[in-house]
Amino acid sequence: MTLTYHLQIVNLLAALLLLISFAMLSQRRIAGLITLFAWQGAALTASTALVAWSTGQHHLYYSAALTLVLKVIGMPWFFFRIVKKLDMDRDVEPMINIPTTMLIGIVLVIFSFNLALPISELSGTVMRSTLGIALACVLLAFLMMITRSKAIPQVIGFLAIENSLFFAATSATYGMPLVVELGVALDVMVGVFVMGIFFFQIRETFDSLDLKHMEKLKEK
Amino acid sequence: MSTGILLQLAQTLLAILLAPLLMGWVNQCRAWLQGRSAPPITQPYRTLKKLFHKDAVIAHNASPLFRFAPYMIFACMALAAGIVPTIANDLPFSPAADVIALVGIFALARVFLALAAMDIGTAFGSLGARREMLVSFLAEPALLMVFFTASFIAQSTELPVIVATLAHREFAIYPSITFAAVAFWMISVAENARIPVDNPGTHLELTMIHEAMILEYSARHLALIEWAVALKLFTYSALGIALFVPWGIAAQGDLAALPLALLAMVAKLLLGGAALAFLETISAKLRLFRAPEFLGTAFLLAVLGMLIHFLLEV
Repeated sequence: MTLTYHLQIVNLLAALLLLISFAMLSQRRIAGLITLFAWQGAALTASTALVAWSTGQHHLYYSAALTLVLKVIGMPWFFFRIVKKLDMDRDVEPMINIPTTMLIGIVLVIFSFNLALPISELSGTVMRSTLGIALACVLLAFLMMITRSKAIPQVIGFLAIENSLFFAATSATYGMPLVVELGVALDVMVGVFVMGIFFFQIRETFDSLDLKHMEKLKEK
Repeated sequence: MSTGILLQLAQTLLAILLAPLLMGWVNQCRAWLQGRSAPPITQPYRTLKKLFHKDAVIAHNASPLFRFAPYMIFACMALAAGIVPTIANDLPFSPAADVIALVGIFALARVFLALAAMDIGTAFGSLGARREMLVSFLAEPALLMVFFTASFIAQSTELPVIVATLAHREFAIYPSITFAAVAFWMISVAENARIPVDNPGTHLELTMIHEAMILEYSARHLALIEWAVALKLFTYSALGIALFVPWGIAAQGDLAALPLALLAMVAKLLLGGAALAFLETISAKLRLFRAPEFLGTAFLLAVLGMLIHFLLEV
């Protein structure tokens, strides 16, 4: 194993991303979840900037800056404001208890590490071995969306998927073209605002943000 | 060879003598952080001296096991302290037990403590013993996983080889060892009965684990157990230092590096003790039934460390 130091740090940040994904799975409070989401964005920014610096891919600097502004500062601030307005920062028990979720999480990690091994052989980038971690983060965020019934954790799970896909793109092919990245960022931003409006509507209709109540809308 | 044995004896004695001091330092830091006036750092020695001078009171229905257990626990901890390299690496005792056997030695001490607690038959004793077993059967596999992660990097389960690999070769960042370090911290907090799993400062409270087991002991038996507890904290700290921040431990046969190694050890222990006190001050004790979740997280981190080792470092 002879890697340069900044690549070792990128590997460390990748491991950190995985750790944050697990922390999100085990987090009971919404405020804690938002903080973790911000940290995930910060780790992503740092790793993207490091990759940009070590490989000389300048467009990655822009995506790192975009991540910093949108996912570390903008969205967490927006979510904190919503949580404060809706006054809903309480312990939320997920649908499956947390130790079981964690065990499922480990199985997912093993699955995705195995799945990513042959794929990363095909890639020519310096940080291809982190592809498995990116895939694991995607699946863990999926798991979080499945096991939560409240609206905000689900949206954060969705954004975490976007984070990890971004990381996967950076590790497999040094990121997408800047136009695509700008488009995705815009989509995500608009999506978050639309969902923010939805939160208020759901809350006004059902007096709660628990999406289980939406089953009442089914036609009999 | 004879220098090796001398060094070994010196290191074990040093561990046994310094252990109460570490306890005193942690207590002092905790008192400062909580805004109390601190007891002197030598307070554990005074307590031990006081206990050794008292007459032992033993219940009528106590079996010989009850008298024997404190000596056994102390001997186990002293042996463990001799195996873990604190100032010098690769001493004569070290090949006697690798990390897996080390976990076994800790388990042996724990079994005797739990048996002695149940021996008298008081409600508190068996309650404490059961809780201790609940905590430790979750902590042990996690501890083994931490050791396995380190062993995979060093390609050996012998502690001297692990220390030599991590300390004396070219510096590299191992993401897996970072995970293992966090897991190890959580495990040692649980194993040493500190906050958030157990509160070392309580007596006669329904939430206690460790204190409930030693309620029936007095005088020299209690002194030995208290000393063994301090020694356990010291050994775990030394183990953490040896696995995760081994820089400064003298290599085999390098006598000139010993003074520096001693200084490095004291500095690391001071820092580690202060960090322990700080984390204890800012966290609250967990409900007993949250403890499995805490240790489950430690196990998860250790397993993740191992998986990441296979993904990133092979």
